[in-house]
Amino acid sequence: MSQSLLYNVLIPVTKAVVCFLVVALVAGVLTLIERRVLAALQIRKGPNRVGWNGALQWLADVVKLITKEDHVPSKAEKVVHLLAPLLVMAPALTVFAVLPFGPDFSVTLPWIGKVTTPVHAAADVNVALLLLLAVSSIGVYGIILGGWGSNSKYALVGGLRSAAQLISYEVPMGFAVVAAILMANSLSLVAIIEAQRKAGVWFVFPGLIAFFCYFVSGVAETNRIPFDLPEAESELVAGFHTEYSGFRWAIFFLSEYANMIVISTVATTLFFGGWLRPFPNVAWLGFLDVVPPMAWLLLKVCLFLFVYIWFRGTFPRYRFDQLMALGWKALLPISLGNLVLVAFAALWGAAGLRVLGAVLTVAFAGGLLWARLRPARPRGTTSMAGRPAEVRV
Amino acid sequence: MESYLPILYFAAVGAVFPIAILVVMALVRPKRPNPAKLAPYECGVAAPTDAWDHRFSVRYYLIAVLFVVFDVETVFLFPWAVVYDKLLLFGFVEMAVFLYILVLGYVYVWKRGALSWA
Repeated sequence: MSQSLLYNVLIPVTKAVVCFLVVALVAGVLTLIERRVLAALQIRKGPNRVGWNGALQWLADVVKLITKEDHVPSKAEKVVHLLAPLLVMAPALTVFAVLPFGPDFSVTLPWIGKVTTPVHAAADVNVALLLLLAVSSIGVYGIILGGWGSNSKYALVGGLRSAAQLISYEVPMGFAVVAAILMANSLSLVAIIEAQRKAGVWFVFPGLIAFFCYFVSGVAETNRIPFDLPEAESELVAGFHTEYSGFRWAIFFLSEYANMIVISTVATTLFFGGWLRPFPNVAWLGFLDVVPPMAWLLLKVCLFLFVYIWFRGTFPRYRFDQLMALGWKALLPISLGNLVLVAFAALWGAAGLRVLGAVLTVAFAGGLLWARLRPARPRGTTSMAGRPAEVRV
Repeated sequence: MESYLPILYFAAVGAVFPIAILVVMALVRPKRPNPAKLAPYECGVAAPTDAWDHRFSVRYYLIAVLFVVFDVETVFLFPWAVVYDKLLLFGFVEMAVFLYILVLGYVYVWKRGALSWA
């Protein structure tokens, strides 16, 4: 077998197939974990009948989805209705090509010989970040076409809302990402991780505000609570996927989880050092290297996924005008101002960023402490009741 | 260009993956349509018109136009950020001027009420 065929075709295709199977599996298991964590947050039990303590619930759900009828509404635009889920899923999976999962690694296969893959990212291209933002926003088309093609009022309004929401939050997300690029001076995700190794600390310290903007926009981009407006049950039934059933509905659902994994991985890569251990240059922390790099990455990604579920158990849903106001009137100026701040600090190079990181960290810790120590509200009053009367909600 | 090839494979497999699932599932699942099942979701009365006959708020268009403006600004920022360590003060001042113009437009749009939904 020729080497070029192996490196240029077989390995990437194998990576793609393995990657997608893993994503599908993780998405399935994540639904179970999500339900159990939500149940724990709400002091109830959650699914605990199928398998050992409910461990096989997700498999039962998959079987149910497979055997469910998949119908196309009689008045729908049939082709659009059929293609929309694919348009959502294909970009969500394509971006996995540029996500770096670990450093160089090589294996010796029995009949091929030594195989080295440059990085665990299938494609380490120098515009990875730009490509990621561009490709993942193609999913908007699938959502709006799915809503429009269904020929149902709820689906139409859901699709429109979703499109407005996704494009609105892409702007602050872009500004937040630019702040990270500014610190690393590269668009390549691998180079951004290496820049964090060189800087000695994760970019989350100088990029605290950027990280905050990125993650909030990321939650909005994935249509997750508290930003799940497109599928707000109480007003829109199920939003853009009202008219979908069976496995085509499941494809929307899988894409949502794939997007959550992408957002978590990118947040980890840009701000939490990707596969690096904490403080990669501090020698006495060297014992942390027993954990392999990829495990560090997975650990951080799992933490972010947990935060997603935690959000779902904690925050009430925004109203649509509040959602738009948050995106355009709060996140946009904050992320833009932060960009100027980071650029100003970067004028002094790494030293400037270190000072900025220290200042932001102290300010953040101080803020937390103040929130903790300020006089508590009288017991038994909710935060709503404690508000001044002129604030109408 | 060769380093971009895997992305193409990922896109191809990403498109084939859901299609393959759907084709396989089509062999398993039941197909027993009836008119009531295929009607679009409504309150119980059949919808008199198509959903796309309804009008919706012009603000959706406005948001889309604003998005294009701001997203193009973001795209300008990307290459600037990559070479910022070489431009330094020159880059900072130049981008400050650029952002100043952007912010002027932003303030104008805000004052005109284009950003408030209600």
